[in-house]
Amino acid sequence: MTTYTANPYLGLSALMTRMTGDEKHSASATSTLDPIWVLYHRILRVDPSNPDDPDRDRFLLSKGHGPIAFYAVLAGQGFIPVETLDGFAGYDSPLGHHPDGTLIPGAEIGSGSLGHGLPIAVGQALALGIKGSPARVFCLVGDAELDEGSNHEAIAFAGRHGLDRLTAVVIDNQSATHGWPGGIASRFEVEGWSAITCDGRDHAALERAYLQDHTGRPHVVVAQVGAKY
Amino acid sequence: MGTTSMRGRFAEVITDLLDSRPDVAVVLADIGVNQFSETGAIAHHPDRVVNVGIREQLMIGVAGGLALAGMRPFVHSYTPFLVQRPFEQIKLDLGHQGVGAVLVSIGGSYDAASEGRTHQAPGDVALIDTLPGWEIHVPGHPDEVELLLRHAASHDRSVYVRLADNTNAEPMPIVPGRFHTLRNGDSATIVAVGPTLDRVVEASRGLDVTVLYAATVRPFDRAAVAAAWSANFVVVEPYLEGTSAHEVAAAMGDRPHRLLSIGVPKAEHRHYGRPADHQAAHGLDAAGLRRRIVAFIGESRACSRHSSVL
Repeated sequence: MTTYTANPYLGLSALMTRMTGDEKHSASATSTLDPIWVLYHRILRVDPSNPDDPDRDRFLLSKGHGPIAFYAVLAGQGFIPVETLDGFAGYDSPLGHHPDGTLIPGAEIGSGSLGHGLPIAVGQALALGIKGSPARVFCLVGDAELDEGSNHEAIAFAGRHGLDRLTAVVIDNQSATHGWPGGIASRFEVEGWSAITCDGRDHAALERAYLQDHTGRPHVVVAQVGAKY
Repeated sequence: MGTTSMRGRFAEVITDLLDSRPDVAVVLADIGVNQFSETGAIAHHPDRVVNVGIREQLMIGVAGGLALAGMRPFVHSYTPFLVQRPFEQIKLDLGHQGVGAVLVSIGGSYDAASEGRTHQAPGDVALIDTLPGWEIHVPGHPDEVELLLRHAASHDRSVYVRLADNTNAEPMPIVPGRFHTLRNGDSATIVAVGPTLDRVVEASRGLDVTVLYAATVRPFDRAAVAAAWSANFVVVEPYLEGTSAHEVAAAMGDRPHRLLSIGVPKAEHRHYGRPADHQAAHGLDAAGLRRRIVAFIGESRACSRHSSVL
């Protein structure tokens, strides 16, 4: 087992290199790194020794492409053995180019086809409310993924339903072909969501954004990571 | 419970399950809300009867999320809006996530004859059949609807229940997953699926044939088919013609047989009118069925030995 010293964040790059064999990582892989890292390191109530705890917080990676940052964080947190990363996308590896939730401890869903995570997250948030669980649901989508209409079905419903245990994280690298005039946050706000836009590389800003009070409303964090990513 | 329509019985049974089971939930997309309002389910369980509005992708995604968090979701809409419009959600938000739900459709092939093609989905069973692990029930009577729904509530796999306006006069003593033998004969074996039974019985009156009744078509009761082996095999399905042909072939193995698949033709039928008009146009009324079955078996063989039966 690889062990970690002072700053586990600094170990993530090496973990990603175990998958890619490359010191430089692709834009789609690293655009999600900091928002996911901050979630697992500072926000989510999850326990790698009890990944099926019914009251755990849920993190749904809806934007399933470029998942190596996600895998690196799961390995760094202890959900999967670090050695698993070496066989990335091989025939017997549980880690593919799109994650399969049934193969990976700590991965809540399988994703890859865009626009599926947020509707599933709405269903989970409803169920957790029915059960009276304290668990929260976080769902990460991409700005281009918002092209898929299924997201807007979920955004409208969650807003009107006041689904405040739900937080959407939009990774904004300005990759949507036709863009979002008026800004991404406004698409959520008009539906009744709480919204904040922040620097997707700034860990303190991300933490503040995640923790912003949104009682009675679902919350969206638009994490801007720059057009190159 | 005594409602005489399949859909009415569905709402009654699910309302009863909502009352007795805290893990049962219903997901709707505006269609069917009236039924659950009339049973009191919405008033008594506002948190577990979820109406997402006219959003079918979300309807299935929500069902997947509910199931992932340990609930047993029942999802209901008109057939094309339940099965065809959100088909990728059915594939990915349920099966690929390793969870199940119960999808209950109404309308079927041409119950909405006067509404036109947009409200008809004869390809539904064939489409669901492309996915692994699904149980598919096609009840022919409200009592069978109740039995199959309670069975579906007893496990966590994926189930498709196809309700219809058309019902048989009497319920059959069905066991989920098994065919029921009505009578035995030598000229042919006929499998009648769900609401086609009364018409098949009428069409085969005086013919020397075995009649099997299927209210469950997946799994297909291959053992019953193999046991009722006949060189002449007929399947009468109320949806796309030939949907179960591959199942018959698998059940027969290397034993020689001929197969007549009767169902709704693939060609788009650009007519309105009543369901009975479409039934007759497709040769799915008793007269049309008899014509095709007798022609298939051969006039002389069809009525040979047991012509007094029925």
